[in-house]
Amino acid sequence: MEMKEMTYKDAIKLAMSEEMRKDENIIFIGEDIGLYGGAFGVSVGMFEEFGEERVRDTPISEAVIAGAAAGAAATGLRPICEMMFGDFITIAMDNLVNQAAKMRYMFGGKAKVPMTMRLPFGSGTGAAAQHTQSLEAWLCHVPGLKVVSASTPAEAKGLLKAAIRDDNPVCFIEHKLLYKMKGEVPVDDEYIVPLGVSDVKREGTDVTIVSYGTMLYRVLEAAEAVAKEGISVEVIDPRTLYPMDTATIIESVKKTGRAIVVHEACKTGGLGGEIAAAISESEAFDFLDAPVLRLGGLDTPIPYNRNLEAAAIPTVDKIKDAIYKVMNR
Amino acid sequence: MTLAKETLVEMYLRMNHARLFEEKVAWFFSRGMVHGTTHLSVGEEASGVASCMALEEGDLVSLTHRGHSQAVGFGLDINRMMAELLGKETGYCKGKGGSMHIADIESGNLGANGIVGGGFCISAGAALTQQYKKTGKVVLCFAGDGATNEGSFHEALNLASIWKLPVIFFIENNLYAMSTPIEKHMNIQDIADRAKSYGIPGIVVDGNDPLEIYETVAKAAQEVRKGKGPVLIESKTYRWLGHSKSDAQAYRTKEELAEWKLKDPIKRLRNFMIDNKMMTAEEMDKLEEQAKQNIEAAVKFASDSPEPPIESVLEDVYA
Repeated sequence: MEMKEMTYKDAIKLAMSEEMRKDENIIFIGEDIGLYGGAFGVSVGMFEEFGEERVRDTPISEAVIAGAAAGAAATGLRPICEMMFGDFITIAMDNLVNQAAKMRYMFGGKAKVPMTMRLPFGSGTGAAAQHTQSLEAWLCHVPGLKVVSASTPAEAKGLLKAAIRDDNPVCFIEHKLLYKMKGEVPVDDEYIVPLGVSDVKREGTDVTIVSYGTMLYRVLEAAEAVAKEGISVEVIDPRTLYPMDTATIIESVKKTGRAIVVHEACKTGGLGGEIAAAISESEAFDFLDAPVLRLGGLDTPIPYNRNLEAAAIPTVDKIKDAIYKVMNR
Repeated sequence: MTLAKETLVEMYLRMNHARLFEEKVAWFFSRGMVHGTTHLSVGEEASGVASCMALEEGDLVSLTHRGHSQAVGFGLDINRMMAELLGKETGYCKGKGGSMHIADIESGNLGANGIVGGGFCISAGAALTQQYKKTGKVVLCFAGDGATNEGSFHEALNLASIWKLPVIFFIENNLYAMSTPIEKHMNIQDIADRAKSYGIPGIVVDGNDPLEIYETVAKAAQEVRKGKGPVLIESKTYRWLGHSKSDAQAYRTKEELAEWKLKDPIKRLRNFMIDNKMMTAEEMDKLEEQAKQNIEAAVKFASDSPEPPIESVLEDVYA
């Protein structure tokens, strides 16, 4: 496969651009995504390539971004939306949750709502409580929505293209700290990472750790560190958070007998509980040598102060501690 | 604008269908034969029917929770509507939507909406599709007076205005947002005045005058179709029944209701057609009789239809 090195955010732009070149029905709407290129510069150059009909700056109106996308999707377009910050999805929630997600079911299967909602989530930017949240669990709780989280530049391209081609409303989570990360990305404009397939990011035999987003890299770092002490960690990135490929996770836990879930989102009500429950309810339960641990963000808003902010989410040390805990039981 | 006799006959039939449909639904409810709740538009038939009839083939609508007259006006099949209210498999939503979600995207009905103001943004998006694909079609977005206090009203009208989207925002002002009288929920006389802040035309119509409504919507659609951007029409009307099935209506007087009943839009159209020698009283009686029979047939269709299979509870969450 021919590869090219590029940043995560350029991979997102590439996915959108490739799909827009193939399908006239795809439009891109959001705040300051046009000439400005988006608050994080993801779409720089797209306005010039596709013009104002297809790359549409909206007013600061998140509700109508989501609602107009749903209405446009139901009538034949395939809109991609950008929420400037994922946190602003709160303002779009009625249109996403009560309209887009439910149209198909409550109309007896006669609506199709192919829209993609791009959501920059996550902390580490010093932007304090309203620009740093990780709200994926809310979205996973809504039947009718699909939720995707990309961890690498290549996956950002492949998963976003799959999301855009999907005939359902898909929430596509981007972690802001990954935007500048570089990686090899397939050049093929048909490169797709299918939704609903987990990826084993590191193979191991002693502990399974499920993680995604920036936390994935802390988990990999912790796994590397404990490997020197003879502990073999298997790391699984679900990539699609709903509907999640739990089969891969369950198979892994049957092999390792120990499981930890690590995410940045607040622990209470987070996906960690859901994944832990999926493991406990499965045949993997009989293979468990230790309780399934959840490592999540503290149940606080994200604070501003650099040290406090860092303390609010799992660290490499905390992940290592969790590994020792399940190993030494 | 002189309307063809056939158009008026069809309008009269649909207005009768709407009223009889809802009277039948009220009867079902009083006997506990239907599930959930329903919001009836008796008294508002001109608003829902005449406005939709002013549209062209291929135009779209978005309906409110009080949407039966609008749906009938748009030409939906009363059999499948009745079946949906009874939760049957033959209903528009296979029994999964009920009164508040009657939809038929294929025919351009983007759905009734259980969220007050839920149709504003959807309509803007559907209008964007029409503009982008140059279909020449328009979207008629229904909403109530109360819905214009939702944030979605502002966001959608502003967007539709700056993008010059082909959408008519048709506000049925029935003077009460559930129990709250309009003077307690906004400080203006005419909701149409709100159009000014979006730089679009705002027009007030007598919501019980089917001819004025038809004419106004047809004219607005013509302008909107040319790409001149959205129009706001305020249709001043009144609902004769309560907000929903459980409403003691302590917030209004019997006198007020009686006064509005004198403005019955159905009688008004009947008298107009007779006075203008388009139809005789006997011919109008026959139309009413036909409407009754059609509703009875709809009830029979719905009653005879099967319940959805239990397995269907899992179907159609995703495409």
